[in-house]
Amino acid sequence: MADKRVDLKSFSGSQVGKKILTGITGLGLTLFVLMHMVGNLSFFSPDEQAYNAYAHKLMSLGPLLWAVEIGLLAFVLVHIVLGVRIYLGKRAARPVDYQTYRTVGGASKQSVASRTMIWTGVILGVFLVFHILSFKYGPGVDDGYVTTLNGEEVRDLRRLMVEKFQEPLYAFGYPIVMLLLGFHLRHGIWSALQSLGAVKPAWSPVIYSVAAVIGALIAIGFLVLPLWIFFGGGA
Amino acid sequence: MSKLMTIHLKVWRQASATAEGRFADYTVPNVNPHMSFLEMLDVLNENLTLSGEDPVEFDHDCREGICGSCGIMINGQAHGPNARTATCQLHMRDYSDGDTIVIEPWRAKAFPVIRDLVVDRAPFDRIMSAGGYVSVNSGAAPDANAIPVPKNSVDEAFDYAACIGCGACVAACPNSSASLFTGAKVSHLALLPQGSPERKERVTAMVTQMAEEGFGDCSNHAECEAVCPKGISITAIALMRREYVKAAFGRQ
Repeated sequence: MADKRVDLKSFSGSQVGKKILTGITGLGLTLFVLMHMVGNLSFFSPDEQAYNAYAHKLMSLGPLLWAVEIGLLAFVLVHIVLGVRIYLGKRAARPVDYQTYRTVGGASKQSVASRTMIWTGVILGVFLVFHILSFKYGPGVDDGYVTTLNGEEVRDLRRLMVEKFQEPLYAFGYPIVMLLLGFHLRHGIWSALQSLGAVKPAWSPVIYSVAAVIGALIAIGFLVLPLWIFFGGGA
Repeated sequence: MSKLMTIHLKVWRQASATAEGRFADYTVPNVNPHMSFLEMLDVLNENLTLSGEDPVEFDHDCREGICGSCGIMINGQAHGPNARTATCQLHMRDYSDGDTIVIEPWRAKAFPVIRDLVVDRAPFDRIMSAGGYVSVNSGAAPDANAIPVPKNSVDEAFDYAACIGCGACVAACPNSSASLFTGAKVSHLALLPQGSPERKERVTAMVTQMAEEGFGDCSNHAECEAVCPKGISITAIALMRREYVKAAFGRQ
């Protein structure tokens, strides 16, 4: 056998490396959206200023926040590049498609979620840009979105959110995208954990169920807020 | 005597690797429910021959599910609808009188059609040549008990060694990935002491060859496990990944 050593470049381009890196970046981003969701839920706190306090705390982290943001951006870019490469590779690997194709069920984990990863991924990517422009780079203190927190003047993100989610486009567009996120995570969490080493057959069904639960919880955790605000909550 | 059936077929006909293919409609009368699927195709071919047409070319050999020669896409499912069976083990009793069945060859860039339902599975041979073996001095066979192997390793290795290389995993995979095949071969040898000395070179060479043959990436759809006539678990793929990471980052 030829002694072919694997360096980092050939690892990341290999079929195994692509899956492992997609899994690691995907799980990292899952952890981020989970924290983002928990942060959002502070909106429901009896303390009206809890949400603004949470947002202000994040913004005052300074260099630590930038480091996390750069890390997240890197994860997103690696995840997108690998996802697109895997999709293009799959297209090239079957130039003539079947006239009839269906899953046999049983041990198969093939689903609407697993077959639409590239499309839910593309929509989430576009949404991400739109979302960051709307909120992170949306109107701030200079535009009058100011509130007083412990005697300090800070950005009133809560007001921006309440206003945005009174527009039907935001109030219903966001929940739809969050449902797609749930689908993406349903297959993604399972796939990542499987790629990162479910080396005992008994683990796979457990991982598959856990992925469904986490995916559903994250989707629901996000989509209740826009609907709640639209139907009169938090006003 | 069971009631005979009439079966309608839509079969992929392609005269050669370079010829343009198309679906042809055939009707096979008097199909006995006890016939195997391949026997039904034999009857079709006899009828075609008698009427002066070329018979439908398909691969087959042992017809008892152990050689891995047969394999066709039946109504969009590799080896048909039943679990843990090759095409030769599918019987016409699974169908009803008047059914229409779509029959296609395995579809993958790495498995080009040679004629009709026959595809070239040589890429599997080349993946094997890259590392799916153990280098030993060929002398007298050693005593079977000379190398102790734990029972659970033997059992697991045997599960992966059951792969017959039919190609259903690639055919059913939405990505046309050969990960289950390669994973089964890598895991089979990695679990045994005889395979250990060359494990790093083996997994690296086989994973590289698999990509060079033009198979797609695995997306953990697990469709391969569901269609595998030997029921090989996708755990084989997880073990292959672990072997590969160890080969890349483990102590040399």
